[in-house]
Amino acid sequence: MNQPQHAEITGAIHEEQSDLSLAELCQRCRVRTELVIEMVEEGVLTPQGTQPEQWRFTGWHVQRARVAVRLQRDLGVNHAGAALALQLLDEIEILKARLQARG
Amino acid sequence: MEFKDYYKVMGLARDATPENIKRAYRQLARKNHPDVNKEAGAEQRFKDIGEAYAVLKDPEKRAAYDALGTHREGQEFRPPPDWNANRAHGRDPREPFTDAEAAEASDFFETLFRHGFGGAQPRSAGGVGGADAHAFQADGEDQYAKVLIALEDSYAGTMRRIVLRVPERDDDGRVRLREQQLDVTIPRGVRAGQHIRLAGRGTPGMGNGKPGDLFLEVEFEPHAHYRIDKRDVYLDLPVSPWEATLGAEIVVPTPSGEVELKIPAGSVAGRKLRLKGRGIPGNTPGDFYFVLQIALPPADSEAANQLYRDMAAQFKSFQPRAKLGAST
Repeated sequence: MNQPQHAEITGAIHEEQSDLSLAELCQRCRVRTELVIEMVEEGVLTPQGTQPEQWRFTGWHVQRARVAVRLQRDLGVNHAGAALALQLLDEIEILKARLQARG
Repeated sequence: MEFKDYYKVMGLARDATPENIKRAYRQLARKNHPDVNKEAGAEQRFKDIGEAYAVLKDPEKRAAYDALGTHREGQEFRPPPDWNANRAHGRDPREPFTDAEAAEASDFFETLFRHGFGGAQPRSAGGVGGADAHAFQADGEDQYAKVLIALEDSYAGTMRRIVLRVPERDDDGRVRLREQQLDVTIPRGVRAGQHIRLAGRGTPGMGNGKPGDLFLEVEFEPHAHYRIDKRDVYLDLPVSPWEATLGAEIVVPTPSGEVELKIPAGSVAGRKLRLKGRGIPGNTPGDFYFVLQIALPPADSEAANQLYRDMAAQFKSFQPRAKLGAST
């Protein structure tokens, strides 16, 4: 193995990035526009704006879309199944946080 | 290299039908998918299952694997000398592995079913019908890693050195691993579960393809005293009965330093005192909560015991279980 390379880099919090267009979301998630439109229709993603060309997404949406794509690819579920899985995962996270906050 | 018992990995008999294999994969994938199962070890199990499924679902690969005979999992193994003879050439378009995953696949898979089987090209290089990897253009894959920080680091920001094993192609188009050290500045205000995106630090692209991104998922180290709920931070704060009853001003620790806290007179156990905006920082900072716990002094002397007896006499009408309907 070669000598390790070394670099310094400043990270940005991905979920807090905002104002991403539909095209940028597609590029970040490497998915087709139609797939994202279907995910919005299914309620997996809830962008600001009414029309696709006005939609504005955040980094949180990007992460959510990536998970939805992985669940569909790896588990063979459809959009509705991915939406349900994400909703249940959200609820598990909330319950875990509540449990932890109670000590 | 070590033998991989793909049937054992998937909990299947060697005569499993394609339907059995698919069903077992779906069940195991649902159980161990890293987006669903956050337990330690789930991600590795998911990769093992994916590797086993990539072989067993493909009739040609499965037949070749079966022809190797039965060996124990982990047993030292060498492929037969004629392994790559009479195989059809060309990449399997259903190949499920990405470059990053291929770099993490077992030696067993790499030797028998990647480079040694059917002359398969790695995924992002193939599928266009040619053999010269340099002629292709494809974007690199994103990569993921976890980074553990203390809660206090989120208040102040911090730096973490991470060592990546980055898959790289050599001149023959083979994937090899190279170590890369990154000193990453973790921004103030990051929360557990969020990702730090390092643009262009994922797998390199092919040809003029763009490199992928590296995502660092942030986890907080467990803390002995603080609990976290999204942006809010909680601390159980022990106070004496007289501090709670009579009120007091005390100095207490928080992740952003010590603060002077006023305990209002007449406080009871479980009362929450909020320090607005002193939770995890950000555009909308969280709040910090002290949750009062009443700590009783030990009755470890005759004088202390006498004090408790005096209190019992003084508070005869006090009914701590009145809400339960109990009168004594």
